[in-house]
Amino acid sequence: MKVSLFITCLVDNFFPDVGEAMARILAAHGVEMEFPEGQTCCGQPAFNSGYRDEARAVAKTLLDAFLDADYVVSPSGSCTGMIHHYYPELFADDPALAWRAQELAKKTYEFSQFLVNVLGVEDLGAQFPYRVTYHPSCHGSRLLGVRDEPLRLLRRVRDLELVDLPGASDCCGFGGTFAVKMHEVSTAMVDEKVEHVLETQAEVLVGTDMGCLMNIGGRMRHEGKPVRVLHLAQLLYEGMRIGKVVV
Amino acid sequence: MEAGHRTTVMERAHQALQDEFLRKAVRFTTARLKNNKLRAADELGRWEDWREQGRRIRAHTVAHLDYYLKQFADNVRARGGHVHFAADAAEASEVVTRIVREKQARRIVKSKSMVSEEVHINRHLEALGAEVVETDLGEYIIQLAGEAPSHIIAPAIHKNREQIRDLFTKAGGENLGTDTPSLAGFARRQLREKFLQADVGITGCNFGIAESGTVVLFTNEGNGRMVTTLPPVHIVMMGMERLLPTFADLEVMANLLPRAGTGQKLTAYMSMITGPRRPDELDGPEELHVVILDNNRSSQLGDPDFQEVLHCIRCGACLNVCPVYRQIGGHAYGSVYSGPIGAVLTPLLNQGPEYADLPYASSLCGACYEACPVKIPLHDMLVRLRQRNVREGRVKSAERMAFRGFRQVFASPGRYRFVLRVARTAQRPLVRQGYIESTFGPLFGWTHSRHAPALDPAPFRDRWKRLSSELAERAAEARSERTAVTGRPDDDLHQGRASNDAPRQDGVKGGDERE
Repeated sequence: MKVSLFITCLVDNFFPDVGEAMARILAAHGVEMEFPEGQTCCGQPAFNSGYRDEARAVAKTLLDAFLDADYVVSPSGSCTGMIHHYYPELFADDPALAWRAQELAKKTYEFSQFLVNVLGVEDLGAQFPYRVTYHPSCHGSRLLGVRDEPLRLLRRVRDLELVDLPGASDCCGFGGTFAVKMHEVSTAMVDEKVEHVLETQAEVLVGTDMGCLMNIGGRMRHEGKPVRVLHLAQLLYEGMRIGKVVV
Repeated sequence: MEAGHRTTVMERAHQALQDEFLRKAVRFTTARLKNNKLRAADELGRWEDWREQGRRIRAHTVAHLDYYLKQFADNVRARGGHVHFAADAAEASEVVTRIVREKQARRIVKSKSMVSEEVHINRHLEALGAEVVETDLGEYIIQLAGEAPSHIIAPAIHKNREQIRDLFTKAGGENLGTDTPSLAGFARRQLREKFLQADVGITGCNFGIAESGTVVLFTNEGNGRMVTTLPPVHIVMMGMERLLPTFADLEVMANLLPRAGTGQKLTAYMSMITGPRRPDELDGPEELHVVILDNNRSSQLGDPDFQEVLHCIRCGACLNVCPVYRQIGGHAYGSVYSGPIGAVLTPLLNQGPEYADLPYASSLCGACYEACPVKIPLHDMLVRLRQRNVREGRVKSAERMAFRGFRQVFASPGRYRFVLRVARTAQRPLVRQGYIESTFGPLFGWTHSRHAPALDPAPFRDRWKRLSSELAERAAEARSERTAVTGRPDDDLHQGRASNDAPRQDGVKGGDERE
């Protein structure tokens, strides 16, 4: 048995630390891993913009890359959701590919989902002595249904003070190309999110999707707000080092 | 179409974002409605089961719409009502204006009706010289302001108390305060006169019950009762999909609609009108006309992408949770129907290019689907409308080129590696401390308000070459440590797969043992 890492294009190119933290956590739990080189992107940017053929051509790279995988684990609820909800439909016109799409959906997990529901791990032995607030990304929580898993992991981190984010389930305004196409509305939305983050007086904002975190973090940096923004895997791995579970 | 529609949704959104009054009022009321809804759903219990039942009822009705329409129309006629089918807005207004002309009606009172807005009936009636008065408080306010509704059930959601007081003062109110009794009191005094004088009453229809030909109205102010009982002629304007097979189905909707829309257990007034006044009855109209509007609704029937839009029961729940609507309000959508349902419904009912940009006014966050009491997948339908735009060439050529490029690069792992390597080099002049702050060219949409992360000099796929052997060792160590603790090798996670939904309880990995 092996986990195939689905790193996502955003993490691969902009936030490789997130992928590395995820892989290191999995290794610490005895998980054997591979990184199929053929993977690029789930195709969501094109799909959500209405470019179905383009999305399909790109999505096909994942069908190929993960053909033989036992498990596919990804640091993104949004990209995982894309595979779960839209791949079977995207390939519906080709029975062989449709079957592969369904198989891929069955074995693909978002990172916290995999830790909690497959590995059965909640306590990583991590310690993180900071005030933290959690933003549940829309696609991960609402569409994929990953709601409790990240919180269960965070609650087991020693010395971590978890504060509720007001209006947590409200979209941060990212929405892929929406953030550029409707940038004024997107900015108004992220401003509301930032306001809520600041209200919590958290030192760290944590989430499970880099798209949203790039948006909120990018806005906070633009406005000079000193809140650290971390992916759940980064926070947990840093916590494992502080807790001396790993070196 | 309406004047001023040459503007884009981006331009209208820009306008709305400058209006602090509007944004504050919309934020305040949508938050209240949203929280009320959550409470009301919780209080009812088994909300997801109710939603599923609601979805089934609507799906069944719409799938058999031809049957139920005939049954409904037959029953309305059997009870002495007149039924008029209108293929489009022009036909509907023609029917209504003809009735008004024939009755030589001068004064018309209306209770709230979105279909009458869709048809712009007020404009047509006023052209005949008739006086048309909206009697729903919210509609009355926006009628005085000369505006269109900005919310399906709360049409004046964008107005605050001060603005309403000013409008009422202009309409003859003296020394009005901004408190509810004084504002509602003024409207009530004004409207009471109008009810008593009216020649014709026009209402919408929340549900038409096919088995009996009954028109069901949900109202909260009692104005619907006045409009349907006092004037000698009652005209109902309804969309052709607004049917339910039986009263048993109405029970489900009577629970779902008010709870989803405003958080009320039941609507304050539920009026059921079956035919005109009967000989033994004291009130009600002498004549009842039911105008059933198609206006491109039937074009959605049989279309797997869009038929579900006809399931909508016009509760407004999707507006109340929509983060885009909350920022820009309803007028920015530029059509009668706003919010997520408006962004889907409007381009379906109006096939022209003027509303083709509405489906982009969404971040696809799915809050609308989650809130919908009949589970319409609005977020998916927005994507399907974008697909339709691409298919029909209603997109900018730069965008089409960009996604063609995306395909060229991202569908080929080799090209992807190459292009990103080039990009990492090319971005260097723009990068400061790992970020791009420049608002240059195509990045403007992002960078005018946000810093953009730069491409990392060492992408994950390059790091993996180094990581893979190191992590393989780590993993092997972890497995052997575990074997030492549990006394058995436990590297077969296929066991874990069987317990996909339940955390594993074995070994030190199981967090539960540590407690």
